[in-house]
Amino acid sequence: MKRFFIALTFFASLILIWHLLVKTGIWSPVLLPGPGAVGEYLGVALQDGSLLSASWVTIKRLLAGYLIGCLIGLPLGLMTARSQTLNDTLGVLALGLQTLPSVCWVPLALIWFGQSESAMLFVVIMGTLWSVLISVDNGVRNLPPIYTRAALTMGSSGFHTLRHVILPASMPYVISGMKQGWAFAWRSLMAAEIYVTLLTGYGLGHLLHFGRELNAMDQVAAVMIVIVVIGLLADKVLFSPWERFLHRRWGLNG
Amino acid sequence: MQDELNTPPAKLHIDGVSKSFTSKRGKVLALESATLTVDEGEFVCLVGPSGCGKSTLLNLVAGLEAPDTGSVMMDGKRVTGPGSQRMVMFQEHALFPWLDVLGNVMFGLKLKPGLNDKERVEVAHYYLKLVGLERVMRASIHELSGGMRQRVALARALAPNPRVLLMDEPFAALDAMTREQLYADIQRINQARQRTVLFVTHNVREAVCLGNRVILFSPNPGRIREQFVVDLPRPRDINDPALAGLAGEITRALKGHTRVQSAE
Repeated sequence: MKRFFIALTFFASLILIWHLLVKTGIWSPVLLPGPGAVGEYLGVALQDGSLLSASWVTIKRLLAGYLIGCLIGLPLGLMTARSQTLNDTLGVLALGLQTLPSVCWVPLALIWFGQSESAMLFVVIMGTLWSVLISVDNGVRNLPPIYTRAALTMGSSGFHTLRHVILPASMPYVISGMKQGWAFAWRSLMAAEIYVTLLTGYGLGHLLHFGRELNAMDQVAAVMIVIVVIGLLADKVLFSPWERFLHRRWGLNG
Repeated sequence: MQDELNTPPAKLHIDGVSKSFTSKRGKVLALESATLTVDEGEFVCLVGPSGCGKSTLLNLVAGLEAPDTGSVMMDGKRVTGPGSQRMVMFQEHALFPWLDVLGNVMFGLKLKPGLNDKERVEVAHYYLKLVGLERVMRASIHELSGGMRQRVALARALAPNPRVLLMDEPFAALDAMTREQLYADIQRINQARQRTVLFVTHNVREAVCLGNRVILFSPNPGRIREQFVVDLPRPRDINDPALAGLAGEITRALKGHTRVQSAE
């Protein structure tokens, strides 16, 4: 409870400072609207549904791409960790592509898929896939061999060892890889939405883009806040439970 | 469940077993034509300096490695791979950090057919009680002390009721006080649930305290040299003068073998 109040005070003071800065005229309200104006926009946009529908469009794209990226990256990472040949080929490719900022996939996606949902999905998958693959690979590679030996002597083998020993044992790596993949996916999707206008649905990136075109700084600031809040919520909902589990079991700092 | 707990211990025949490994410096003969018979319910300690092949022999009996020549037989059947009839307790506890204490003990039990889940939990509770850890069943492994971890490892190895228990320097990383407590525990537990045990150690006193027989190994190449029968009354105390006397005798014999080796 104490921690909650400290956090609350911190954010309240942040808004207060912002308000005072705008009020004293140090910053022009055209360039930076005050918290009141931004709040007003948020209220209106929430009521007319435009903000919620944009958030929903964005989250749908993100979840779909992220899920597919994880589903491909997980088995591929297991495979590159187990096979030297795959590691020398696919592993090197993954390492290279992981360093590529995922925004760089946007032009390619546009040429391949046109201005479509597929292009968005492709960019998000590319943002997720490689970092998930590499951390699963790392996790399995750094597994103490004694775990699988112990499992063998207890009568475990093959798929049972994979499911009940190798996967859970590499969990600290897998979780941090999935978290990184999530961050990359989120960033790449925002970039894609700002660049590409789709008629199949306006996401938060589009709202941001239109805000700039209309010089509606209250909209720009409000959408940015929404993006930050969604990122925070995703972290708390998707990853915090896992990190708490890791902390309890492994005694790691998570 | 009573039947489950009362499977008799097994007899081991190790016959002319050799094993070599290829390292960067070339081929190393880890174990040369080792022959050893272990009776049902016997507690045999393998003693020798590092590199004498005692752990190699243990891994061969476990089925984690295959011998180059010779054979390992359990009750007349050849050992061809690892199996839950022969459980291993490793030097590092090798417990799974993603499972709690009970989960670790249940791991091997879940792979054992012929039991339902309720019976499995009962068996796990029985062994956790036997090693004195029933109160920390839900604890995570990292919360336990070194001695408690090895006790969980012991319960995990005993729970699926193996016919042979293989222990590879299980107490080497523990402090002296904890070890003494575990010597008493092991003797008490082995009285309650007698198993055939192969116990690897480099500590002669530990071997004399626990074993019915002590087998001496010498390195380069690893060979079985000599054996001593220990018929001191149980339970044995590691600080007992008679035990210390016998340990001294065995240590001298061990030094003799090692010196002969280094002079060659």
